[in-house]
Amino acid sequence: MTVTTEREGLVEVHGVHKSYGTLEVLSGVDLVVKPGEVTVVIGPSGSGKSTLLRVINHLEKVDRGFVAIDGDLIGYARKGDTLRELKEKDILRQRTRIGFVFQSFNLFPHLTALENVVEAPISAQGRPRSEVEPEARALLERVGLADKADARPRQLSGGQQQRVAIARALATRPKVLLFDEPTSALDPELVGEVLDVIKDLARSGTTMIVVTHEIGFARELADTVVFIDAGRIVEQGPPAQVLDHPAHERTKAFLDKVL
Amino acid sequence: MSASTLVRPAAEPLPGTERDELERLRVLPARHPGRWIATAVVAVLLAMVVSSLVTNVHWGWDIVEQYLTWPSILSGVWGTIRLTLAAAVIGFGLGTVLALMRLSRSPLLQSVAWLYIWVFRSVPLILQLLLWYNLAYLYPTLSIGVPFGPGFHEFETGNLVGKFGAAILGLGLSQAAYSAEIVRAGIIGVDQGQHEAAAALGIPRGRQQLRIVLPQAMRTIVPTSVNEIIGLLKGTSVVYVLAYGELFYTVGVIYGRNLRVVPLLLVAAIWYLILTTVLTIAQFYLERHYARGALRTLPPTPLQKARWGALVGWARLRRAPIPASVPAGWASANRTSGHLLRRGSTPSRRDQGGLA
Repeated sequence: MTVTTEREGLVEVHGVHKSYGTLEVLSGVDLVVKPGEVTVVIGPSGSGKSTLLRVINHLEKVDRGFVAIDGDLIGYARKGDTLRELKEKDILRQRTRIGFVFQSFNLFPHLTALENVVEAPISAQGRPRSEVEPEARALLERVGLADKADARPRQLSGGQQQRVAIARALATRPKVLLFDEPTSALDPELVGEVLDVIKDLARSGTTMIVVTHEIGFARELADTVVFIDAGRIVEQGPPAQVLDHPAHERTKAFLDKVL
Repeated sequence: MSASTLVRPAAEPLPGTERDELERLRVLPARHPGRWIATAVVAVLLAMVVSSLVTNVHWGWDIVEQYLTWPSILSGVWGTIRLTLAAAVIGFGLGTVLALMRLSRSPLLQSVAWLYIWVFRSVPLILQLLLWYNLAYLYPTLSIGVPFGPGFHEFETGNLVGKFGAAILGLGLSQAAYSAEIVRAGIIGVDQGQHEAAAALGIPRGRQQLRIVLPQAMRTIVPTSVNEIIGLLKGTSVVYVLAYGELFYTVGVIYGRNLRVVPLLLVAAIWYLILTTVLTIAQFYLERHYARGALRTLPPTPLQKARWGALVGWARLRRAPIPASVPAGWASANRTSGHLLRRGSTPSRRDQGGLA
């Protein structure tokens, strides 16, 4: 039963279907991300890449299929021959193992940077403040914002806000990190500082799934690049293969447009 | 008038002599004659009002002064404050619960909250007050016990729900219906991304509401709520129908005896003004508190404004630099003319003299 892996953070997505009304945004997605690997998801807008990411931490329910992390079903439990959605309390507990970074940061504006980072470890994981706070300060230092611990989000630039959001996502010590277009809401000159932080994390051995339009970032860091279009994975493989020698016409057409 | 005298070639700079002359001219603000006329008109109207207040003996200012701090008036004021406080606590406590019920995912809780709000917003307050006061007629005794089973303890309704009880029940329960909608509007107004971020972090649901959503909702809840509480403060005067000793009832009792109706109504008006002023000040500080995070810098309090104004004024008088304790932005926004005097950038008398 138990899959013995050296490291934690194995993500499996199998046969996931998801519709909004009559529009099917995911039509049978299969994806396996090995522990510690960096997977970059690219694709045209509306192709379902953000939805896929949101399905992985159960911000969206699925119509069919399942997501598992380290062999545990996310958001559902098997009851006979059905998958029953878990109670919210259990889903919330599962989410502390998955860090999520939003395109629009979604920092809590009324809390300081430090309060943003310590909130989840204290209230969701019940860890003592005395242990969490030094760790949170260390995380802020890691993203280069040790001196901004007492600033509120509105007093920070977009790049700084996103770096605080990354520190906040790391605070629950997740096994998997999900990035939903982390640099799309930033001014061009601020993109670099956020990508630098993500690159630093990529080398630390956490499993990462990054939805992005930064092809250069994909080429440099991805173990696997996944091209998704119209709710299906069109092709996947190492960056050198998918980005430089795409096998499918649709991938070629997309890359011609963005490069 | 030939065209050549009107059109100056675009690229030609002003001649040096003209430039020097223009540079030396004094810079003056625009004139606003309309503003002066309007000010004069308003001043005359204001003077007329003040003079009539002073000269018309029917206002009875001596009586007003005499009764303003009369012991029974003061106890009436206290009655009004007590009612307002109790009804506000019940109203906003229950209102928040109702708002959360309406936003919950349980259809039962949603409908119960909807029904409550529907009933209590529909029935006039004065009617609700009289109903609560007559509760003893419907249910002479109330008991605590098992539903439909035996009771453990019995109360006389009349003792439990007296005038004060009926008043705060009526005011508080109907206030809850209005507050619920205010709180709900505030919660809906919080960005969806905030709920998502809290959920993605795994923060427990109750904590999401209390720590993340409500503090942000307060920014829109506070102004309307203070409005409601001011309404409630004045609404307590309706309780005179229960002959409860609040301000309006007390005043009525006194002028019923001495027939000085207008001066005593003035006494009540002055007290309502004072109480509303206190609430308005509280509103300023509450709004300022909940603006943390929504604004980069908080607006200055009146005390800060007064202190900074005095410091700047004193510094100007002595032609000294403005102390560093005055925020730069504030000092520059409020300067009337001339240089911004701050420590470091040494301004001089010569500069100003030279321009004059």
